[in-house]
Amino acid sequence: MLVRTKVATISPAETEGVGKKRLWTMAHQDALIGYLFILPQLAGITIFVVVPLVLVFWYSLHEWNVLAGNFDYTGLDNYRQLFADPVLPEILRVTGIFSIGLVAFNMSLALLLAILLNQKLHGIILFRTLFFSPVVVSLVAWTIVWGFLLQKDGGINGLLAVIGVEGPNWLRNETSAMVSVIIVQVFKNVGLNMVLFLAALQNVPGELYEAALMDGASRWQQFLRITLPLISPTVLLTAIITIVGSLQVFAQIAVLTQGGPGTSTTVLVYYLYQQAFQFHLFGYGSTLSILLFVIVAILTFAQWQLRKKWVFYEA
Amino acid sequence: MTKTSRSQMMLATLSLLGVLGVPIGLERATAQESISLRVTVWTGNKAHLDLFNGIAEAYTKAHPTVTVAFDTLPFENYTTTLTTQIAGGNAPDLAWIFENSAPDFVNSGALLPLTEILKSTPNYDVGDIAPSALALWQRKGEVFAYPFSTSPFGVFVNNDLIQKSGQKSAGEMLSSGSWTWDKLIEAARIVNAKTGKAGLVVRDFDYKGWDNLATIWGGWNARPWSEDGKTCGFDKPEMAQAMSFIHKAVFNDKAMPEPGTAADFFAGDAAMTITQISRASLLPKDGFSWDLLPLPAGPSGSYAVIGQAGIGVFKNGKHPEEAARFLAFMTNPENSEKLAQFFPPARQKLLKTDVLAKTNPLLKPEQIERVVIKGIATGEVKPSHTGFAQIQQLVRAGLDQIWKPDADIKAGLTAICGRIAPLLAR
Repeated sequence: MLVRTKVATISPAETEGVGKKRLWTMAHQDALIGYLFILPQLAGITIFVVVPLVLVFWYSLHEWNVLAGNFDYTGLDNYRQLFADPVLPEILRVTGIFSIGLVAFNMSLALLLAILLNQKLHGIILFRTLFFSPVVVSLVAWTIVWGFLLQKDGGINGLLAVIGVEGPNWLRNETSAMVSVIIVQVFKNVGLNMVLFLAALQNVPGELYEAALMDGASRWQQFLRITLPLISPTVLLTAIITIVGSLQVFAQIAVLTQGGPGTSTTVLVYYLYQQAFQFHLFGYGSTLSILLFVIVAILTFAQWQLRKKWVFYEA
Repeated sequence: MTKTSRSQMMLATLSLLGVLGVPIGLERATAQESISLRVTVWTGNKAHLDLFNGIAEAYTKAHPTVTVAFDTLPFENYTTTLTTQIAGGNAPDLAWIFENSAPDFVNSGALLPLTEILKSTPNYDVGDIAPSALALWQRKGEVFAYPFSTSPFGVFVNNDLIQKSGQKSAGEMLSSGSWTWDKLIEAARIVNAKTGKAGLVVRDFDYKGWDNLATIWGGWNARPWSEDGKTCGFDKPEMAQAMSFIHKAVFNDKAMPEPGTAADFFAGDAAMTITQISRASLLPKDGFSWDLLPLPAGPSGSYAVIGQAGIGVFKNGKHPEEAARFLAFMTNPENSEKLAQFFPPARQKLLKTDVLAKTNPLLKPEQIERVVIKGIATGEVKPSHTGFAQIQQLVRAGLDQIWKPDADIKAGLTAICGRIAPLLAR
C-alpha cells in the first residue's frame, strides 16, 4: 500500500533524467522496508522451523545413541527400518482411528453447540463462556483431573452407579481407553471450533433464511442449502486445524494411558517419543518425525486442493 | 507456504527440539572458577533432601569454591528426563541411576571411571564396599557408579487396619511361622472385604512398573529372564504359577487393587505395601500403628529382593573431576553412616544392627535385622538388562493382556517371550 501511494505522487517531471535512478532507489528502499517488516517472522521460522527440520532430517540419517555419545552416519538404514518396523502398521492404524474419531466428534459437537448457542436468549453469553473455558485451562491439569475421573472407582463411574450402571474400567480396556482419550481431547478443544463456527453462523444473512422459509424450505433444508455452504470456509479452517492437532496429540496419551493398554492408544507422536526419549534411538525417532511431517503435509495439501470442490467461495 | 503448513512443520519437529541444544554447555570451567555441581535424584522428600543438603554444605565448607545442588526429577519419568537432559547438552554432573537402567549407563561410556579416585581418597576404605553390591556397577573391573543405596524390599503393614478387620497381626504371623504369600493375601482379602480399604499394594507397580513384581515372583523362583539375560523366563511354569497367583489375588480375592484403582499405603488407604525402607520417611507422624516385615515365603521358600541405586559422574558434565571428588566425599564411611538412615549402605562395616539402629530412629532393631541385614545378605537384585526401557515397554504392553478378569495367562506370557526374545538375544 505504501509503495502505491508513493508512486502515485511522483510527478511526470521526476520520472525523466535522474528519475529512473530515483525510482529504482525507492523500489529498493520499499523492498528493504518490506523485508525488515518480515524479518522477525523469517528469523523465527528459520530458527524454529527450517533449522530443526533440516536437523531432524540429518539426524534421521544417523544412529545416535545419546548415552554413548555415538553419532554415526547410517545412510537410509533408519528409513529401511521404518518400512520393516512390525509395530508401525498398528501405530498408524491407531493414529488413524484416533484422528478420525477426534475430528468427526469435535467438529460435529462444535457445530451443534454453535447452532444451539447462536440464539438470542437471556444468559446465552454465560453458556458460551462455559463451553469455551476448557480451551484456556492448562492441558496437563485438565488431563490429570480427567485421569482421576476415569479411574475404575472415579467420578464418572460414581455417577453411573447412582443410576444403577456399572461403568467400565475406562483406561484399562482397549476400546474404552481410545474413546476416553478422544473425549478428553474433544472436551478440551471443542470450545475453540465452537467459537469459530459461532462467528461464521452470525455472518450468515438472515434474509436468506426468510426467503427460504417463504419458499417452503424445512429447517434441515435451510441448514443444508444455506448454512452449510455459507460457513464452509470456516469448516475448512477448523477441519485443517483439528486434523493437524489430532496428529500431534501427546500430553493426553502420556498422562492418561502411556499408549496402553497394549498399544491401543500408542499414536504416532507417542511412538516417536518412546523411540527417541525412552529407548534413546534418536536417529529412528527423527525418521518417525519425518514420516509424521510427510503425513501432515499430504493431508493439508489434499484438503487445500479439495477446497474448490466444497468450499462455497472457492467455486 | 501457508501458515498452517508452517505450523505443521514446526510441530512435527518440536518433539525432537531437545536435540538442538547439543553443543550448549560442553565447555569446561577452569578449576579456579567457582563450581556449581548439579546432582539429579528421584526423591523430593524433605527428609532425604535435608540429609543430602547437609552433606553438600559440609563439602562446601571444606571446598569454598564448590556448591552442590540436588535436582529432583519425577520418579515416574526419571530415566527419560535424565537422558533428555543429556541429549539437550544439559547433562548433570552426577546422577542417581536405577538398577534397571544400570547396564545401559555402565556400558554406554557416558560415566566417568571412579576406581582410581575412590582408591586415592584418604580414609575412603574401598575394600569395605561389598563386592556383590558393586557387581552391577562395574565393567571389566572398573567401577562406573557407586552403589549408593542397596535397599531390600520389605512389607510395611498397617496394624490398625489388620486389627480392625479382626485378624492376627502380621508380626504374630511371622513369629508363628505362617508368614507366607497365601496367608498374606488371605489377610489382605479380609481387610478389603471388611473395611473396604485396599489389601496389598506393590508400590510403584500400578500395572506399569512390572519389574516391581519381582518382589512376589521370588516366592516362586520365577525370573523374567535367565541369569545371562539371553533367555526369556516369562513362559516358564514357575512364572505362570506366580502370575496366576497375582491374577487371582487381584481379580478373584480382591486382595490387591485392580488396574485403574489408586491406593496409597502411607495415606492409610491400604493394609500392606511392598517397598523399600527409604519410603519409611513417608510414614505419617502420629498416624497409624505400623510394622515392617520381610517378604513372605512362597512355594519355593524364603527369599529377598534388593533394589539398588548407583550414583555416577557424567564424563560430559561441566566438572567431572570435581564431581567425582564430591561423590567420594558423599559416600565416605562417615557420610555413608548418615545416609544409612534411608539408604542402606554397601559398606560391610555399617551393615550391623546396632550401627543401623543408631541412624534409623524410625526402625526397630528387630526390623533392621530381619529386613535390612538379612535382606542384603541373601537378596537378589531387581531385574535389569541392557536396553531395559525397550524391553520394559514391550513387557508392559504384553502384560496388559493379562490384567483382565478372564485373561489367558499362559498364552499372554508366551506372547511376551515372542516379543522380547529378539531384544534379549542382542
